Amino acid sequence: MSYYLILLVGAVLVNNFVLSRFLGCCPFLGVSKRMDTALGMSGAVVFVMVAASAVTWCIDNWILKPNGLEYIHTLAFILVIASLVQFIDIAMKRFLPPLHAALGIFLPLITTNCAVLGVAELNFKGETGFFESVFFALAAALGFGLALVIFSGIREKLEHANPPRSFRGIALALVTGGLLALAFMGFSGLDKGLERAL
Amino acid sequence: MVVAVLSIAFIGFAAAVLLAFADKFLSVREDPRIGLITAALPGANCGGCGFPGCDGYARALVAGTAPNGACAAGGGECAKAVAEILGVAATATEKRVALVKCCGSRSEAIRIGDYNGICDCNVAAATAGGDKGCVYGCLGYGACANVCPKGAISISDGLAKVDKRLCIGCGKCVSACPRRIIALVPASASIHVLCSNPEKGPEVRKVCGVGCIGCRLCERNSGGKEAGHFEFAGFLAKVNYSNPPFDSQIVSKCPAKCISEDPHTGSGH
Repeated sequence: MSYYLILLVGAVLVNNFVLSRFLGCCPFLGVSKRMDTALGMSGAVVFVMVAASAVTWCIDNWILKPNGLEYIHTLAFILVIASLVQFIDIAMKRFLPPLHAALGIFLPLITTNCAVLGVAELNFKGETGFFESVFFALAAALGFGLALVIFSGIREKLEHANPPRSFRGIALALVTGGLLALAFMGFSGLDKGLERAL
Repeated sequence: MVVAVLSIAFIGFAAAVLLAFADKFLSVREDPRIGLITAALPGANCGGCGFPGCDGYARALVAGTAPNGACAAGGGECAKAVAEILGVAATATEKRVALVKCCGSRSEAIRIGDYNGICDCNVAAATAGGDKGCVYGCLGYGACANVCPKGAISISDGLAKVDKRLCIGCGKCVSACPRRIIALVPASASIHVLCSNPEKGPEVRKVCGVGCIGCRLCERNSGGKEAGHFEFAGFLAKVNYSNPPFDSQIVSKCPAKCISEDPHTGSGH
């Protein structure tokens, strides 16, 4: 149990996907202008990352590794994740229309986002078990969502500020993102400390 | 090598079969008219019709819950195209544009204080009523320009101005203005009263050099009360937009210089 707690803290705070691994910067800057779109995007990312890591684990362990094909894993993962997201999009529209209305437009946006592929890559490198892989994906997606929601909250406040012309828009957003990344550096070592304490 | 090619081909084929079946058995068929109407609408997603974006309006149109012609941006031509798709008669809508009913620039209107807070009219208006002497005047901090989806509103000399050519008549600025001095007027009307102060002449004169004093000269010059080109609210002249005036000498004869001919293109005062 404590292992999963450490994994959770590590993926959400210490090695946050956006703020310390710098994966998924595109949606981080693109959909963080308003809180409701940020929440929708976070939901979609959680959904896709968990599903993608489950499927890529199966592909990796059942097709690639038995045949000694680890070297083409990136190609296989992209192929599988892209079609999986497409399938989820269609199936969700049919069976869960309210969820599709909330997440629908974000699903194609993160089809093979680097954060989604990054989870699969890290699981591949770590050679983790199935449940561990899925849990890591969930924690990483929650970390992504946390960063996105914090960032959009700050950006909503920044809308009311009156910065110099050269700082307006994406420039100030990048500076803010950098400061947020610096703040998250304060969590470094927390997982190690937790490991020792438990 | 062969195994690699076969494996990737197998994964790709499996995914293709899965997607093909999903498309065949799981997909939700939408009314094709929704797509057609969305294409016929301007695509500005301004929300002026009251629905979330052009797509939302198209869905409501097909469902029959929205009236055709609610799209101010598309105007009559768009309504006609939509009517053709829906198979109903078109309702004529005149293109309307926003008009800021104030011409008290920094040199003409008196400012009673220095405001250097957040650059937004709503905040300025909430700070002791704003810095402008005239409580009916444009504050010029751009609350309207900030919500305009087309960038049609510019602020110059402490005054908001709408570019008639860019305005799509969505009406967002109308509700954004804390002073409520922006109105949608027919795009064909060329003469406008650019003042919203209904007080008596001397009171208006105290705060603005170009405020309407209610002398009714405009009414007299446009053919008297019977012609019905102007209406009066207190001591404020208003253009009757169902019967707008066209004589440009009204503009030159206004003693307060608050009537203008087409301020949208900047050819007025």
